[in-house]
Amino acid sequence: MSEKKGSELTYSDITPKGAFASRRNFLFGMAATGAAVGGWKYLPRWFSGPGKGSVPHPLSGVAKWPYDATDKVTPEGDVTTYNNFYEFGTDKSDPSQNAKNFQTSPWEVSVEGEVKKPLKLSMDDIMKIAPLEERIYRHRCVEAWSIVVPWIGYSFSHLIQKAEPTPKAKYVAFQSYYDTRQMPLGPQAGIAFPYVEGLRMDEAMNPLTLLCVGMYGETLPNQDGAPVRMVIPWKYGFKSIKSLVKIRFVKDMPPTTWNIEASNEYGFYANVNPNVDHPRWSQAKERRLGEFFRRPTLMFNGYADQVASMYAGMDLRKNF
Amino acid sequence: MIRKILLSKWTKVAVFTACLVPFGVLVWRATQGELTANPIEFVEHWTGDWTMRFLIITLCITPVRKLLKIPELIRFRRMLGLFAFFYVCLHFSSWVGLDRFFNLHDMWADVEKRKFITVGFAGFLLLIPLALTSTKGWIRRLGGKRWQLLHRAIYLAAIAGVIHYAWLVKSDEHKPLQYAAMVGVLLLWRIVVWARKRWQQQPAARSISAKEPTTAETA
Ligand code: HEM
Repeated sequence: MSEKKGSELTYSDITPKGAFASRRNFLFGMAATGAAVGGWKYLPRWFSGPGKGSVPHPLSGVAKWPYDATDKVTPEGDVTTYNNFYEFGTDKSDPSQNAKNFQTSPWEVSVEGEVKKPLKLSMDDIMKIAPLEERIYRHRCVEAWSIVVPWIGYSFSHLIQKAEPTPKAKYVAFQSYYDTRQMPLGPQAGIAFPYVEGLRMDEAMNPLTLLCVGMYGETLPNQDGAPVRMVIPWKYGFKSIKSLVKIRFVKDMPPTTWNIEASNEYGFYANVNPNVDHPRWSQAKERRLGEFFRRPTLMFNGYADQVASMYAGMDLRKNF
Repeated sequence: MIRKILLSKWTKVAVFTACLVPFGVLVWRATQGELTANPIEFVEHWTGDWTMRFLIITLCITPVRKLLKIPELIRFRRMLGLFAFFYVCLHFSSWVGLDRFFNLHDMWADVEKRKFITVGFAGFLLLIPLALTSTKGWIRRLGGKRWQLLHRAIYLAAIAGVIHYAWLVKSDEHKPLQYAAMVGVLLLWRIVVWARKRWQQQPAARSISAKEPTTAETA
């Protein structure tokens, strides 16, 4: 395998000897700097212990919901290590690592805007608004993967009724918690924070729309949106906003984070729809975590009977 | 001393083994069930990343051996390039065999419609002739000049890889930008060297072109 010396002659060396030593030092310096810059992000991870943040605890007195999805529930370990929660990093494995120190207590959710009764709710208040139910929902990400999760919460409509929106309220705008001291990777995510989402009033009132405080029998883990989040099972996952701090009833369609980032890719409605492709990938099929073959995606994620009537007469290609 | 180590047969074996480590780690993790909640995506990303890294390492050889005056490094260039091809083959196979499971219709739709797949596919196609003509026999058959020209396609493949990555991420462009910066520096160095050579040779080049047309060589 030895090369012929002759073949090396074509690559003539042009560097004078004197420049060579300092250049070598320079290059080694560059390499060392590069390694340092590349490694700093991962160093804390190697040394990180269990974390100082809030941890899930079991929820009792949770009623069973009669309309569960019959799909096989995804293992909890998958749902807690494969997350899109960009405030804690953009890799799927980042949130489970970086949300360890997330402090979610005390927590306050502000209910405001076009309502007769503006509210400031603590987590204790939220737990008492309606009886908790466990609901097994399919959850379909816009990236064409899906999971099946036993969420715990109650229909968001209970909270709406408590706030008594005025007739002017046509939409609900949601906002996530954001604090760079707790979420130092937030500024690198490439999207603007705080994360904001929204629903039309009838969507928010739909009994499937869940105000969620737990999963798998416990309160929510930090990386899955502790302590309280929305779950809207017929829409792509990014609509189901995490770590909720503000609920505002408004007259006009509110801005939503991914729509601001790329309006041709992510619409306001974001209903799961196998017939309307994302510009960069097909939505016809999905990979259920834990399964090898892609499975067909269902219209409205299989919840058409409960939600399709809300969109009767709308062009779902335009209102994607 | 360094020279002797670099020229040793065992160094080549060592480098070869080192190049197999990412593949080995992948297989090891697979046997341990440590391919995350979405193993297919993990394999796709792992092999894609290592394709990009090997392209970059391959592109480093020439600048490093010239700047540090270690011509012996050339011994490893072909091997590294072929490892880039090895990983892109794994990457492509993981898409064909795992992600799309040989569904020709789905795959063609992707290549045709999805920009990031189209560009990645172009990068892959570009690397095939390079792998095929990487032997001494082909260098001889093509002639050094033409062979070199052909193998400049690796620049395009690296650029295609960067664009492919930049187009597939949703919002966080940090990692594609890191690759872009590395490829950018490596290509810029070549441009500078080329421009300097031209600059220095200009009077000479003029006198040569006066003697004979050089279009055949530069085409
Ligand atoms: C020069 C050739 C190529 C290079 C350098 C390359 C590189 C990459 C890189 C760096 C990634 C991202 C890895 C990560 O996120 O950590 C990636 C992802 C990917 N590549 Fe390639 N690739 C090439 C060719 C191809 C080809 C030919 C295909 C298929 C036709 C392909 C399909 C994919 C897919 C499906 C993904 C994952 C996308 C996703 O998860 O959203 N690539 N590639």
